[in-house]
Amino acid sequence: MYDINALYEANSVEQAVALRLEHPKAKIIAGGSDVLVQMREGKLAGSDLISIYMLDELRGVTLEGDGTIRIGSLTSFSHITKSPVIQAHINVLGEAVDMVGGPQVRNIGTIGGNTCNGVTSADSASTLMAYDAVIELTGPGGKRLVPIQEFYLKAGVVDLREGEIQTAILIRRESYEGYKGHYIKYAMRNAMDIATTGCSANVKLSEDKQTILDARIAYGVAGPVPMRAPSAEAAAKGQPVCAETVAAFGKAALDDVNPRTSWRASRELRLQLVEELAKRCLTEAIQRSGGDL
Amino acid sequence: MEHQTQYKLVKCTINGKKTENMVDVRASLTDMLRNDYRLTSVKKGCEVGECGACNVLIDGECFNSCIYLAIWADGKEIRTLEGLLGPNGELSDIQQAFVDETAVQCGFCTPGFIMTAVEILESGKEYTRDELRKLLSGHLCRCTGYENILNAVEKTMKRRLGKA
Amino acid sequence: MSVGKSVARVDAIDKVTGRARYTDDLTDKGALVAKVLHSTIANGMVKSVDTSEAEKIKGVVKIVTCFDVPNYKFPTAGHPWSTDPHHQDVADRLLLNRRVRYYGDDVAAVVAENEVAAAQALRAIRVEYEEYPFVLDQVEAMQEGAPLLHEEFPNNILAHTGYENGNYEEALKEPGLIKFEGWYDTPTVQHCHIENAIYEAHMEGDRIVIIASTQIPHIIRRIVGQALGIPWGKVRVIKPYIGGGFGNKQDALYEPLCAYLCTQVGGRRVKLDVSREETFVSNRVRHAIRAHITTYVRPDGTFVARRLESFSKQGAYASHGHGINAKAAGAFGQIYRSAACKVDAYTVFTNTPAAGAMRGYGIPQITFCIESHVEDIARGLNMDSLALRRKNMMEVGYKDNFSKNENYFDSLNQCIEKGLAYMDYENKRREYANQTGPIRRGIGMAIFWYNTAVWPIALESSSCRMVLNQDGSVQLQMGETEIGQGADTAFAQMAAETLGIPFEDVHVVSSQDTDITPFGTGAYASRQTYVGGFAIQQTASMMKERILRYAHELTRMPVCNLDLKNGVILRTTDGRELLTLAELATEALYSLTNSQHITSESTYQIKTNAYSFGCSFAEVEVDIPLCKVRLLKIINVHDCGRLINPALAEAQVHGGMSMAIGYGLSEQLLFDEKTGRPLNNNLLDYKLSTFMDHPDLQAEFVENYEPTSAYGTKALGEPPACSGAPAIRNAVLQATGVSIDRAPLTPHVLFERFKEEGLI
Repeated sequence: MYDINALYEANSVEQAVALRLEHPKAKIIAGGSDVLVQMREGKLAGSDLISIYMLDELRGVTLEGDGTIRIGSLTSFSHITKSPVIQAHINVLGEAVDMVGGPQVRNIGTIGGNTCNGVTSADSASTLMAYDAVIELTGPGGKRLVPIQEFYLKAGVVDLREGEIQTAILIRRESYEGYKGHYIKYAMRNAMDIATTGCSANVKLSEDKQTILDARIAYGVAGPVPMRAPSAEAAAKGQPVCAETVAAFGKAALDDVNPRTSWRASRELRLQLVEELAKRCLTEAIQRSGGDL
Repeated sequence: MEHQTQYKLVKCTINGKKTENMVDVRASLTDMLRNDYRLTSVKKGCEVGECGACNVLIDGECFNSCIYLAIWADGKEIRTLEGLLGPNGELSDIQQAFVDETAVQCGFCTPGFIMTAVEILESGKEYTRDELRKLLSGHLCRCTGYENILNAVEKTMKRRLGKA
Repeated sequence: MSVGKSVARVDAIDKVTGRARYTDDLTDKGALVAKVLHSTIANGMVKSVDTSEAEKIKGVVKIVTCFDVPNYKFPTAGHPWSTDPHHQDVADRLLLNRRVRYYGDDVAAVVAENEVAAAQALRAIRVEYEEYPFVLDQVEAMQEGAPLLHEEFPNNILAHTGYENGNYEEALKEPGLIKFEGWYDTPTVQHCHIENAIYEAHMEGDRIVIIASTQIPHIIRRIVGQALGIPWGKVRVIKPYIGGGFGNKQDALYEPLCAYLCTQVGGRRVKLDVSREETFVSNRVRHAIRAHITTYVRPDGTFVARRLESFSKQGAYASHGHGINAKAAGAFGQIYRSAACKVDAYTVFTNTPAAGAMRGYGIPQITFCIESHVEDIARGLNMDSLALRRKNMMEVGYKDNFSKNENYFDSLNQCIEKGLAYMDYENKRREYANQTGPIRRGIGMAIFWYNTAVWPIALESSSCRMVLNQDGSVQLQMGETEIGQGADTAFAQMAAETLGIPFEDVHVVSSQDTDITPFGTGAYASRQTYVGGFAIQQTASMMKERILRYAHELTRMPVCNLDLKNGVILRTTDGRELLTLAELATEALYSLTNSQHITSESTYQIKTNAYSFGCSFAEVEVDIPLCKVRLLKIINVHDCGRLINPALAEAQVHGGMSMAIGYGLSEQLLFDEKTGRPLNNNLLDYKLSTFMDHPDLQAEFVENYEPTSAYGTKALGEPPACSGAPAIRNAVLQATGVSIDRAPLTPHVLFERFKEEGLI
């Protein structure tokens, strides 16, 4: 039995927005795998909740007319992994969210919850960052689109304004077409764990597979929020596909990150991982793109 | 301000039977299944979705019922270990396999594991041992080292696919 | 013949159908809910507890604080009681404590109508503390000026024992000896049984009835009596199925408090359901042992003089105390032999959770230390480590002066041979020598020593009751408990064997009820099949004799020419089947001329002990830049005597291996240095192995019939957890050339060591 003071159930997005305005202090509960855990440990005990779990309209992955991939915010991780749209166009995202917790958590956990809790270790976040995802928020004034990099304000805080709920995550055609990516979750166990550091990189190669036309990389737990590594990207962009480029890419990533020491891992270990994971992710992404390394 | 207990009517199918019940909105699905329906195969091991002991099937997928609000069960089809027996009380193949493969020790993780196995088996797919490990990885067990549980699931899968 | 067969567990069907009832399944829906308030400082004194706000919360029935509880100090260890005051466990507990000694100590308890109200009340209680400095490390705790936990124990030393075989100082003077020395460290880990401890207490008349998830119901009866200051017979403990214990539930945890709380609410039913977070901190943990080992070796590898100083982290309360380090110290002098051996073992209080029994009882710790050290010596001598072990390990025919144990067989070598063959060890060892590159493989092994049961340290006895039913089947009751390991099944097999009836005709009463079940001390020390076996063998023989005497009444055949086999009374002279046991049983119960209720009950005290040896082999792949170890292959081989049930034995070994893998690679309970607060007391942050962290587990056996044992069997419960971690550590050493002197070998530790060694 949870210490819920009051529970409001939304039956539509409009109603969810209305409930948000009416109960500004209430927490939104999507799948509950964060909110209920925090409630039980006392942090959120006695809170009011707005449940949006029953909003099936926010579930599913679709390919829109302009080629944008639209992921409903309540789509569970397991459904993202199984989605043919994801598998065809951005399989790395499906692979990344297939590393969240265990199967049960992947069935209840939603991509909206994973981004809205603002946690740096979220397995979906680095890949979404690395694909320039756009967050769709619905509020009293209608829809608002925010690039995911701007959505994260600071640790645990996202740009979710009064009356808003997150309704979708969008990935535009130009962000994924021609790119292949790879995600490595580095954790202490192979299941039921959170990332010590997560790294997602993707590349677009020239037609002859000799040159890196574009490279993008993002990390979880390399800083307070998920983050891109622009220096690394610059170090690879336009460079030949070769071991030296990969090495330079890994080194350059160190200029961008700022991991901290906690009991979970030292800054020094995380820096070691930042460089090594960058190299491995890039190598795998290049190979998936048909490049020879 | 005194708290007013909030209730909601939850209609769902549990182990094939249509049920309805007024549920305290604060209840987890574990609370509802154990307390209201006395389905005590649904075990509590951590109550935060980290051990898998409370695992049940909801519309064919595995969920930790401890971190699932009971009110969300409305309109859903829920299955627990109690629902696996045949019409004359006979064990299902996967239950029998857990017996035959010595996959049971203290038995506390067993119901949750078997329900995940049911989802795996009902997919009709063939998985490698490594894939099965991943599919079963939401459950912790401290007695078996998982070895015989894996054997039980793998053998049942092969038997169902006519490959054993 | 039932013994030696892999029959299905007697409780398997109940457990795969959900019919098996555990404590929470038996509790009354209307039971009140109790929750415990824990201290948020690591050391100090409670100055005041303000419950006024908490008492206003709707549904709160009773709040009891550390100022309210009776002042009966009690011991908690699940040891048989000693009537000699000098051998009794240290009584340093109260139900709730004003003097708090670790972050998580018990300060107050709430009884409420529901769990939400109880949790709200806990948050509303205000506690004022006087804070003292605290100490988390056992070696620091021994230093002059360290914060003192218990006044009666200067320098926080709960106990020190030492022994010297031969003359260490003289022996090391031998010319030409090479000295090896190392410090080895093992972590604080927790049992992580999937069912947390849980209790329900209520009163019947003036007696308290407790349903408890425990390994030791009869011991709990005594401790609850001591804690509440009431006659022990006023306490009735019922133990249903339990979801694992591994030693944590071989201790009185919250049974006394739950019983007390029920007396404070008029004997109403009170349920105390320990949360996972509390289980990690406020139950028991395994002792972290740090060892300093010195060995003087001849150039040919012969150990001449060996020295152990070991420091065991007791935590805040004595619990099982020095027993763990004492057992570890005993192993040191026996597993390897040398002309001289000198040991000093300390158990030291610290401001951390109390350490108690956990699978292996000191042997996983000391085995990690010893087997790491031996591997390092071999490397230093440039000698094959297996040859070094074989040269120095306990010889066949060795007899221990204290326990009177004798090493009857060449078990260690026999076990090693099986491991070598399974792993293809020699070839792999050659193949993996001198690797370079970022990904490297290695193979390693370790041996262990274990002894069965607790004699001669403490009492070893067991009682058994058998009752013949109308149909010739038999009820079997034991004081020894089923905790998941399969004891009930093994008991039934042994009973069927000696009685001469089919296995299916033995009905084990799985639950213990101290009002009904014959006295037994419970599940611990890997003692049950060994010790229980004597009581079963004796009771079954008595039962069989009574049956044959009754058969004589019916058949007029002399008892000496009768036998009971497979449920049939036979004439041994010609093998003729005279009548079935079912026919006899029905007649015996309903006879109008000679009605007899055939039962049998007896107690057997044993004064022996038996060595149980084995080994682990592990093969690993080390990703050096990522500082990660992947376990590729692992085997345990055991000589636990004759196997009562090979399939169950194998399963038991798998579970122990899994614990050893966690011990070697990932498990560690961490505390904040600044506050003493536990950092990872949940199943997400405490890294016990998941389904994806294991390769396939291989378990093999050598079956040397144990001559001191009723059925030829000896310890198997704990031994599987003992040697896996050092085998993994030694494999990592072969792969990388880096010796790591602390478990677990986490990426954090590997990162630091690889940097030191210039690998990254």
